[in-house]
Amino acid sequence: MTDTLVVIQAAAAELSKSDLSAAGFGSQAASAAGGAYDILLLGPMASSLSSTAAGLGARTVFTMSSGELEAYTAEAYASAVEAFLEGRSWRLVAAATSSSTKEYFPRLAALLDVPMASDVLKVESSDSQRVVFTRAVFVGNLLATVELEAPRALVTCRASEFEPPAAAAEPSAIHEVEAPSELAHPGKSFVGIEAASSDRPDLKEADIIVSVGRGTRGLEEGIPLCEKLADTLGAALGATRAVVDAGWMANEFQIGQTGKIVAPEVYIAIGLSGSIQHLAGMRNSKTIVAINTDPEAPIFDVADFGLVADLFDAVPELTAALEKRGG
Amino acid sequence: MKLLVTLKRTPQRDARIRISEAGDSLDLDNVQFEVNPFDELAVEEALRIREAGGEVEVVVVTVGGEECQQQLISALAMGADRAVRVESSGQLDSLRVAGALAAVARREEPDLVLAGKLAVDDECGQVPAMMAGLLGWPQANQASSIELSEDASSLRVVCEVDAGLETVTLALPAVVMADLRLNEPRYASLPGIMKAKKKPVEVLALDELGDAGSTRSRVTGFRALEEKPPGVRLDTVEELVRALEERKLV
Ligand SMILES: Cc1cc2nc3c(=O)[nH]c(=O)nc-3n(C[C@H](O)[C@H](O)[C@H](O)COP(=O)(O)OP(=O)(O)OC[C@H]3O[C@@H](n4cnc5c(N)ncnc54)[C@H](O)[C@@H]3O)c2cc1C
Ligand SMILES: Nc1ncnc2c1ncn2[C@@H]1O[C@H](COP(=O)(O)O)[C@@H](O)[C@H]1O
Repeated sequence: MTDTLVVIQAAAAELSKSDLSAAGFGSQAASAAGGAYDILLLGPMASSLSSTAAGLGARTVFTMSSGELEAYTAEAYASAVEAFLEGRSWRLVAAATSSSTKEYFPRLAALLDVPMASDVLKVESSDSQRVVFTRAVFVGNLLATVELEAPRALVTCRASEFEPPAAAAEPSAIHEVEAPSELAHPGKSFVGIEAASSDRPDLKEADIIVSVGRGTRGLEEGIPLCEKLADTLGAALGATRAVVDAGWMANEFQIGQTGKIVAPEVYIAIGLSGSIQHLAGMRNSKTIVAINTDPEAPIFDVADFGLVADLFDAVPELTAALEKRGG
Repeated sequence: MKLLVTLKRTPQRDARIRISEAGDSLDLDNVQFEVNPFDELAVEEALRIREAGGEVEVVVVTVGGEECQQQLISALAMGADRAVRVESSGQLDSLRVAGALAAVARREEPDLVLAGKLAVDDECGQVPAMMAGLLGWPQANQASSIELSEDASSLRVVCEVDAGLETVTLALPAVVMADLRLNEPRYASLPGIMKAKKKPVEVLALDELGDAGSTRSRVTGFRALEEKPPGVRLDTVEELVRALEERKLV
């Protein structure tokens, strides 16, 4: 048994960059073990995403949806995957790290009684009894080698570390699977979700992120300057915990240990110090630019380009220079 | 009502952890430990539920060796009523820790388990959701607000998810994992610290709890991050624009 199953939550109209990375993880893990990989699309959009998913080089794309999977709950999703796996065998069951998989994958591990590795960065080796991963620990300051010794294991992977799979020569077989008629989701109901609306790209999809810290002094002062820069670059906007705690931006913009982990082509850090918890969420960005008045700020230790300057001067100047060039 | 709070001893939040000279273990000699920051939030939330009224007992539990006693006492000093420590040494994987905690939950029969969403050492974020799975209880992760229903039979929880703020309701008993914005933990008061020393700490053996599991997930080594070459300091915005353009980044 050397095959990998990648589970993708089918809730949006298109596959996300993370979904493609999870497929990339699947194909990499399967080839490390000498097996194949398959995809399970789970949720209301499963059928409509299946033809796109079939182009990702998987052997089979399974789809599963039902009324109980319409709105995500950890309880229903964990029991749906548990039911799906019954009588089928995969070496690894994988998904991209997200707020959903952080919640339902460990629950699923308990239901199946199998070990799990969270948010892995790399597959070191895999055979039928042992799989070895690299993952970050201690606020991203160290890498650990983790060995799971079991014939089956669960894993979540950090999307930014895995390339989408190469385009497939042949489409995968598509197989619709019936969802169990009654999913166990004891005592949980979904009430609603409140999201800040924004026309800017999603943090996890963006090539460029403009990230703002406490030094911007808020919505009346520096943040609009940074928003203008972001829009000039077509960039996503991110923030530190301090900014979210102050109520200047919504929680979904927080980057770091307890926010999102990102690795865009360019990360422009403005008026943020670079605390270890913030670095944990962005240090793997390809190019890091820092603008800060304090030459000792730790963000400069990871910056490729550092500008010691007052953001209130530098950001408008940078925006103007980029606009001029564009127009 | 009974609240069970799970708590782990972890290195201080800003500690720089180094690898031992041999390269495969950690050099923790000069590291201070504390209650995992997310567990501190869980303790605080339990105390606030108690202070909101009614007969509420707050029990804290950890799985670990003698050295964890100090962190249990910290929670008792904040105001928890009593503590349980499941004696264990050596590496237990998340599922075994969750198994031990679920066994304690079966003995204690709490109405609610409050946990941290993540331990800042291993950063697995697994144990509480595994516990919920083992117990068959509903769960909510990344909680930024918790509201108990009037008849104390259910909870309304707001969770910080990738897309924004999600609201769910959970029938009790349930497992809820604290996120950073849930509350501001209090400091222990001097009388709190004095009283903590007299509060009961029960020690249970792992096999008393029916632990039959084996550890199947192990950390076998540590490595430092790859050194990044030092960056370039620029003096003007103009230089920055040129540098970005040269590398075709904008
Ligand atoms: C358990 C835990 C988890 C955490 N998780 C996260 C997380 O996920 N993400 C996160 O970001 N933080 C997290 N934190 C918080 C983190 O420790 C820091 O407190 C936070 O990142 C600081 O935010 P900041 O850089 O915006 O603010 P500060 O540290 O206050 O930095 C502000 C910076 O702005 C600069 N500045 C001021 N004025 C100007 C100006 N005019 N022009 C240019 N620069 C200026 C200053 O020099 C300073 O460097 C966590 C903390 C804990 C304990
Ligand atoms: N050894 C332990 N004893 C008690 N609680 C624990 C232990 N390990 C983890 N937990 C709880 O589970 C949460 C997540 O831990 P982890 O899964 O290790 O990231 C922590 O914040 C604790 O509340």
